[in-house]
Amino acid sequence: MFLKKFAAVSAVALMGTTAMAGGHAACPTEGRVSIVGNEFPAIQTVGAGAMACAGDSVEVSTNLTADHQTINVPGMQGNPAEYTSAIIANSSIVALMNEDVIRPLDDLVAEHGDGLQPNQLITINGQVMAVAFMANAQHLVYRADVLEEVGLEPPTTYEEMLAAAEAIRAAGIMENPVGGAYAAGWNLAQEFNNMFLGYGGSHFKPGTAEPNINNEAGVNALNMMKALSEYMNPDFLTHDSNATNAEYRAGNTALMNMWGSRAATLVTAEGVPQEVIDGFAIAGPMTVGGGDTPATTLWWDGFTVAKNISDEDAVATFKALKNAIDPSILTGDVPTQAVWLIDGYEPTEAAVGVFAAANAGSVPYPMLPFMGLMHTALGNELADFMQGNESAEQALADVEAAYTAAAREQGFLN
Amino acid sequence: MKHRTFIWFFMPTAAAMLLFIAFPIVSVVTQSFFTPHEAVLIEVENCGPFGCTTETSIDQEATQAIRDAAPLGRFVGFDIYSDRGHLAFGELSDAWRSSADFGGFVDRVMNLPFYGALAFTLTYTFICTPFLIALGFAIAVAVNSLHRRLKGLMIFFSLLPMIVTPLIGALVLSWMVDSRGILGNFLSWLVSDPDLSVKASTPLMWICLIVYGIWSSAPFAFVVFYAGLQTVPQDTLESAQIDGATRWQQIRFVIIPHLAPLVTFVALIQLMDNFRVLEPILGFQAQAHAQSLSTFILSDLSGETRQLSSAATTSVLTIIGIAILLTPVLIRTWRDFNAKSH
Repeated sequence: MFLKKFAAVSAVALMGTTAMAGGHAACPTEGRVSIVGNEFPAIQTVGAGAMACAGDSVEVSTNLTADHQTINVPGMQGNPAEYTSAIIANSSIVALMNEDVIRPLDDLVAEHGDGLQPNQLITINGQVMAVAFMANAQHLVYRADVLEEVGLEPPTTYEEMLAAAEAIRAAGIMENPVGGAYAAGWNLAQEFNNMFLGYGGSHFKPGTAEPNINNEAGVNALNMMKALSEYMNPDFLTHDSNATNAEYRAGNTALMNMWGSRAATLVTAEGVPQEVIDGFAIAGPMTVGGGDTPATTLWWDGFTVAKNISDEDAVATFKALKNAIDPSILTGDVPTQAVWLIDGYEPTEAAVGVFAAANAGSVPYPMLPFMGLMHTALGNELADFMQGNESAEQALADVEAAYTAAAREQGFLN
Repeated sequence: MKHRTFIWFFMPTAAAMLLFIAFPIVSVVTQSFFTPHEAVLIEVENCGPFGCTTETSIDQEATQAIRDAAPLGRFVGFDIYSDRGHLAFGELSDAWRSSADFGGFVDRVMNLPFYGALAFTLTYTFICTPFLIALGFAIAVAVNSLHRRLKGLMIFFSLLPMIVTPLIGALVLSWMVDSRGILGNFLSWLVSDPDLSVKASTPLMWICLIVYGIWSSAPFAFVVFYAGLQTVPQDTLESAQIDGATRWQQIRFVIIPHLAPLVTFVALIQLMDNFRVLEPILGFQAQAHAQSLSTFILSDLSGETRQLSSAATTSVLTIIGIAILLTPVLIRTWRDFNAKSH
């Protein structure tokens, strides 16, 4: 059912893109626009929208790549900057702020920002630093048919997820029914962040850069992750989002915590068995340990404007990107690509997970200058625990020590 | 050659070496002694699609003023070298004092990132290098004894592992040993253990990485030895044959002594290459089981917050490590050189 619908929708999308290219009412008339950003479908749509503004005296180029984080800062440090805009998320805007390479957008918003929703404006210390266009969160993706077979409702807590996993394994339906992006590094750290926040943890002591993870919430989070991993493919420490999705598509997993931005395309790939397509279902994020806050984080993606460029290029960049997120792009399959924050967006079926996450009071991913260092330290040090080589307390002590060394070096701690 | 001619002849090379080797090293060493200034932190109100929160941020103006006053950053001397991410002197002495026995001390040392990575890197280097030399030599001797018409084809196939981009080669092998891959399934059938997973076991992962290392570098040794085989003096070989030497004896007493200097050369290059092991770890996604100094540098440079000083320090430690590793080989070469010239 889903496949047919998506196939029909993507046919419309092709037409939608052509229609969009025609509608450049608010395009800049002159200047240089150069965009760097991630490469998932929603951002490709925004990139294509900006490209539609290219003209005789408007030069537009985009560099959409998974490596955007490693090139956006160096590409914006020069004067004039190579990139006039970076498309970033709440985690990665911090690196641009730390290096002071993006400009406040208040004047541009006042002059050219009509039609933007107030909640799209990311203000930091009273200044607009980015314009968000979509929201994202990790939430439950499950197989309705498999849960029905074992007679269980979709889990709303991680404890229920464990019970459902045991039931599915016991019924002999799947050997490893739980999926998760637990690859050592960024992904594993992100899963810890989710679980840790779900247990009510807070990464830093209030108002300081001092780590605060070696505590009960941290230990509980790790133990829950370990318990879940017992039901995962034994290679779980090498599985990123792509590999986890492949396991789901192959019908090997029935329950997983996955990104909302992936939901729309999960079962549209070629060769997905019919029962996986039919059983595909999504729900809100789960809570853990009896807590009220879901064990997930809220994300936004948005665009920034570089500091080291001429005012003319800044105006051109802002107008081109504003044109790219004009309400008129919401045709074809564009609405399913993301939870758009654009005026006139109607949530699709693919969006229920992210909406549930936002409505249940999930915590936004912390936008702190030193959060990136914490994320790296978590990613490097937690694999030892997941493999059973050391205790949860030892792993968390290692994370704090690794973080402290890095934060001292970067000048966040004395 | 006259000194003057020599100088003009050597000048372009010297200039290039200075520009592309010496200056970057000076820059990296300098960077390793400096860190960014202490950030001036302020509490700010951040607002977005999910409401407003009070969060810590950097006071850009104040921080910029400090940066302008001293653009290189804070001078910290050897602080980064001795911190936990690198040589970890404080943690080492702690571990020594508080460990009950030597085993406990080793466990705690291996838990430190630098020493854990060093343990893998050295194991990898010292197992890969001799094996790839032996394998390269065996292939060279085998190909050399083939019929002339077959040689070209076999040389091409023997070189394939080196032609494949290391990252791609590792990725292909990684998919094959995956628990859903062809080799992974074969292995689990072989030992009749359906739960066997190469990627979940540290020893198996190390074996995989080392096998990959030997496979991908053996062609280099092969090419060098094959070239060397073409220069084996035929008269010595023939007189050995007349004396009734077996094939093994010919190899042992004529060919190996003739190729010995090449072994030193291959060892030199491969020790250097293997110490910087990076691609297989990324390709196999083996970061949970094995780290190397190079993966640390990559992780420092590709995180959301780039840690330039830490990456520079690890680079300097890598250079020092390679220098220590190569010293015995270089001393040997120097002795051989002196022995020959006398």
